[in-house]
Amino acid sequence: MLEIENLTVSVEGKVVLENINLEIERGETRMLFGENGSGKTSLLMAIMGLGNYKVESGQIRFKGEDITDLPPYERAKRGIGIMFQRPPTIRGLKLKEMLELIENNGESPEELARKLNLSEFLERDVNMGFSGGELKKAELLQLIAQNPDLVLLDEPESGVDLVNISLIGTAIRELLQKDLHKSRMKGGLIITHSGYILDYVEADKGCVLVNKTIWCTGNPHEILQGIRERGYQACLTCQK
Amino acid sequence: MSDLSEIKKKAEEAKEKPATYGPDIDLERYTTEAPEHDEKELSEIEIVDRQKLLNAGVDISGKDRSGTFIQVDSSVIHSAPSQEGIEVIPTRRALEIYPWLEDYLWKVVQVNTDKYTARAELEFQNGYFIRALPGVKSIFPVQACLYLKSENINQNIHNIIIAEENSELDIINGCANESPEAGGLHIGISEFYIRKGAKITFSMIHNWTETTAVRPRSGIRIEENGVFVNNYVCMHPVESLQLFPTAFLVGKGATARFSSILLAEKGVYFDVGSKAILSAPEARCEMVSRALSTGGTVIARGSMVGEVPDIKGHLECRGMILKGEGRIHSIPELDARAEGVDMSHEAAVGKIAREEIEYLMARGLTEEEAVATIVRGFMRVDIEGLPPILKEQIDRAIEIADKSLL
Repeated sequence: MLEIENLTVSVEGKVVLENINLEIERGETRMLFGENGSGKTSLLMAIMGLGNYKVESGQIRFKGEDITDLPPYERAKRGIGIMFQRPPTIRGLKLKEMLELIENNGESPEELARKLNLSEFLERDVNMGFSGGELKKAELLQLIAQNPDLVLLDEPESGVDLVNISLIGTAIRELLQKDLHKSRMKGGLIITHSGYILDYVEADKGCVLVNKTIWCTGNPHEILQGIRERGYQACLTCQK
Repeated sequence: MSDLSEIKKKAEEAKEKPATYGPDIDLERYTTEAPEHDEKELSEIEIVDRQKLLNAGVDISGKDRSGTFIQVDSSVIHSAPSQEGIEVIPTRRALEIYPWLEDYLWKVVQVNTDKYTARAELEFQNGYFIRALPGVKSIFPVQACLYLKSENINQNIHNIIIAEENSELDIINGCANESPEAGGLHIGISEFYIRKGAKITFSMIHNWTETTAVRPRSGIRIEENGVFVNNYVCMHPVESLQLFPTAFLVGKGATARFSSILLAEKGVYFDVGSKAILSAPEARCEMVSRALSTGGTVIARGSMVGEVPDIKGHLECRGMILKGEGRIHSIPELDARAEGVDMSHEAAVGKIAREEIEYLMARGLTEEEAVATIVRGFMRVDIEGLPPILKEQIDRAIEIADKSLL
């Protein structure tokens, strides 16, 4: 579904991602590990076409189409959705109105909000004064409304308490159609530092971003264990 | 010397006095000579552009209104209440009917403030007197329209608005002029008196053209537990506009709320703000302004004076420069003169954050849609207690501006 080939990306002349190769198949959930500043968020931003991330070389294809130069809304319309790590506040725009703006499968904002215990936030400005957990839930709420085929999640568990992480985990599972097996169509790329999300969302593969590129693709639990025991730099010695 | 001759004398002395704020206007550019326009029933009114008035919140059908006042140039063409206990009378006539009304002239606005107040006295051309009798609450808003029709006309009006004890008045004051070619200068004096437990909601919607200069001068006296809510919307070009209404919160628990929404297109100059003097315990004041520049200049002022303990005030000014070489200059001012006052302000001026646009684009909105959504949200001020009919008017004004932005 998503194919990234030899992708090099720069920001203001500085290379932040180098020669990235990544393929996510339909129905696959991929965990992305990496130390702070390794380029994980940059990769998600580049896939979504956000920020001043300039593609120096390489290609991003989604469902067989080259989307490297498409604006973010075209990528969203083709089925890519992103959960921001630090979403901005949109003053004067109620969360309910935001959900109404998003093209969705007809579920009402009230129905959607009930699922994530966010009913009382519908009349509040988007992300204004939300706690860490509320931000994540509001992001997920929008993604559920958007119903994308490829879900990009940037640290969904950070700043979330134990009760809410379970709720968020359940919502992500639903978003990724984890209850389906053969007929699962949704793909996901999830950035995680702690790996806690793996307790709630099973991943098919994991990979590590070190020094601006991807290393060590394999079993996510094994990779996480390896990082815990030997650190990120040890990944450099693994087979790419 | 009588009060009235004293007023005249002061006006004479101030007729060359420039205003403290705003560009100076050469009054000689304009004429006060205007043809007479006949009085009419609402159904007979044709001379004014109905849509233009509608955009300024004035509905010529008179439907859902507790009264209507329309002045074209210097002529009052319609003035009638439609609810018992609400008076809508041309000021000149009201001064004849009620001799006591003289005591309300030039009391909360000083006649010698500047050459515009002086002009309003020396070239007085009517205006409206609106009053709610004790305990009477306007069911619908009273609408007042001040319209410039003749070429290069200088309209000078003086309004007196009184909400007697425990009464409530909602007023929509819509201003417009016939065409950009006509030009003109509007000077409007408004003196508000809010008695104990009374409330006035005054929504001023300006729909001028780029050749009109506007100098309103307003003063508001608020007694014990009285409430004044002032909403000001100007989303259309104007040559220059300067206003700085001052509220005197003299009664315990008096409340004033000022909200303004401004759009300054290229070539437009706004110097808009408000002042509140809180001189009684438990007085409360809130000032909120939103200014959007697409190339024009906005000077956004806000001033609060806390004279006694246990008063509370907050001032919030947000400005956004959308495109072109606009300027927004925010000048908040807090003056505490007693122990235990609680006053604060927040001001933020800038461009639309790129990350906000991209956030919405990531949800499927085009860049234009994202910008329009952010601007709409920015201009939205949640105004407590705003009657739905006034909210609709403000939303419609924003909608019109929104279309022109895209």
